[in-house]
Amino acid sequence: MRKRNQAAWAVVFLAPSAIPLVLFTLLPMVSSIRISLLSWNLISDPRFVGLANYAKLLASPTTLGVFGNTLGYVVGYLPLVYVGGLLLALALNARIPGRGFFRALYFLPVITSWVVVALVWKWLLNPSNGLVNAVLGALGLPQPGWWTDPNWALASVIIASAWKDLGFVMVILLAGLQAIPSDLYEAARIDGASGWRTFWNITLPLLTPSTFFVVVISLINGFQVFDQVYVMTGGGPQGSSQVVVGQIYDLTFRYGRAGEAAALSWLLFAVILVVTVIQMWGQRKWVQHV
Amino acid sequence: MSRAQRYLLFVVVALGAVAMMFPFLWTVVTSITPDGSLADGPSLIVTNPTLDAYRYLFDALPMARIILNSVLVAVACTALQLLTGAMAGYAFARLQFRGKSVVFAGYLATLMVPLQVLVVPLFIQFRDWNLHDTMFALIAPAAASAFGVFLLRQAIEAVPREFDEAATIDGAGHLRIFALVVVPLIRPALATAGILAFMASWNSFLWPLVVIRSPEFQTLPLGLATLQGQFTTQWDVVMAGSVVSIIPIALVYLFAQRHVIAGVSHTGLK
Repeated sequence: MRKRNQAAWAVVFLAPSAIPLVLFTLLPMVSSIRISLLSWNLISDPRFVGLANYAKLLASPTTLGVFGNTLGYVVGYLPLVYVGGLLLALALNARIPGRGFFRALYFLPVITSWVVVALVWKWLLNPSNGLVNAVLGALGLPQPGWWTDPNWALASVIIASAWKDLGFVMVILLAGLQAIPSDLYEAARIDGASGWRTFWNITLPLLTPSTFFVVVISLINGFQVFDQVYVMTGGGPQGSSQVVVGQIYDLTFRYGRAGEAAALSWLLFAVILVVTVIQMWGQRKWVQHV
Repeated sequence: MSRAQRYLLFVVVALGAVAMMFPFLWTVVTSITPDGSLADGPSLIVTNPTLDAYRYLFDALPMARIILNSVLVAVACTALQLLTGAMAGYAFARLQFRGKSVVFAGYLATLMVPLQVLVVPLFIQFRDWNLHDTMFALIAPAAASAFGVFLLRQAIEAVPREFDEAATIDGAGHLRIFALVVVPLIRPALATAGILAFMASWNSFLWPLVVIRSPEFQTLPLGLATLQGQFTTQWDVVMAGSVVSIIPIALVYLFAQRHVIAGVSHTGLK
């Protein structure tokens, strides 16, 4: 009797979250599979095409291009935020005056929205009258065309993104640094180990769980990059910075190819899944658990 | 570390902080620079500051309405996610029912599906229901978050059961135990989940971009992106819009800074 009572209460307590999750996650997920099998411009009657959308995408050089750009973004972004975030975390883990204040300050870009970050950097990196090129010019250095130049567009997006996320990586790594038992450092000091060796043999290995988290999250988020690209370059010039999600958006709302867009979103999901599974599997080889 | 080294490090960190903050400073400076002088290249010292760009901004867009929309949507999403999440967390942590682990696994599985997979069918769904381009469309999909459920379930499991039992002996039912015993005891977790939900909603761009057409339902990120389309070369106006949209979240951050940073580092320690 009491058990049945609890099951009834479970329905009451779960319904408020289950209903939106079913309506706005499960249902669209199922219909996304269905849409990916259609040829549909969202207006006229859809036509069933089977796996043709997937076949078309896999054969298209554009698909390879947008995945390549997305990968290029991740590869450029990750080392920047990791090394920068690690240096910051190490500096702010030391007992320096005002470190709480500095942590809060370095974290400020993290709470700023991607659209604002993208606009601010689009202005800073403005080729004609932006600040960065003014400084470069004053120093007699070459002034790139940044987001107006196909060779620099993706780099512009990477710089803005790294600036925003540096504080995030710093906070994660700081938490990891603080979880390292201090007696290990004590022992290393008694053994007369140099600062560099202590870093190499204690800090870095024991930081691997946090490093792993940063890598996993950055790859998942990196493959889904969209906001800052949409605002800074719109995928241009000449598609040089078009990323997968941007292509999904354009296919649906600019080219009226919703079926292909849905299929592309599943290809993206598959890639993220495979990359994440590989990392989960690979972590045994390099992540140290205390 | 010696005293001298520590002070050297302090100087490096402080210089780094100045560099990090510079884009914000530059945004403010640009927004108060009279339009004409921007073409001559940037200058840190504004000789004749003006609020023209802000006036322009509020004329070009229904800014007050857009700010209000952003606040309403973020507050509604946060409140809903905390309520639905705490209730589900209570069910998973405290109630015995058949298929609990399957249902919980189902909740966690929704975390795997990225928004990009959902955005096209979700738009079609709202269009078919004739609910696209409404405030409802901005709020409803964020009414529950599996991540919030997970976070709050963990917190409720950490609440000693003796508290519930004492309340049960006093004749309290599940609703009263939930509202009067459990919720007050998980306030730190609610703060963490609430701040993460607020930030996610405040910064959300892709879904509003897809589902909203009318200027009166725009949120700040969407309004700003539109602004940039209208005033491609008027950076003072675009930067004024950026300043306006940073201020509210910066105020929240000023007061909840500890919780924000604790919340984010908490997500990394799972």
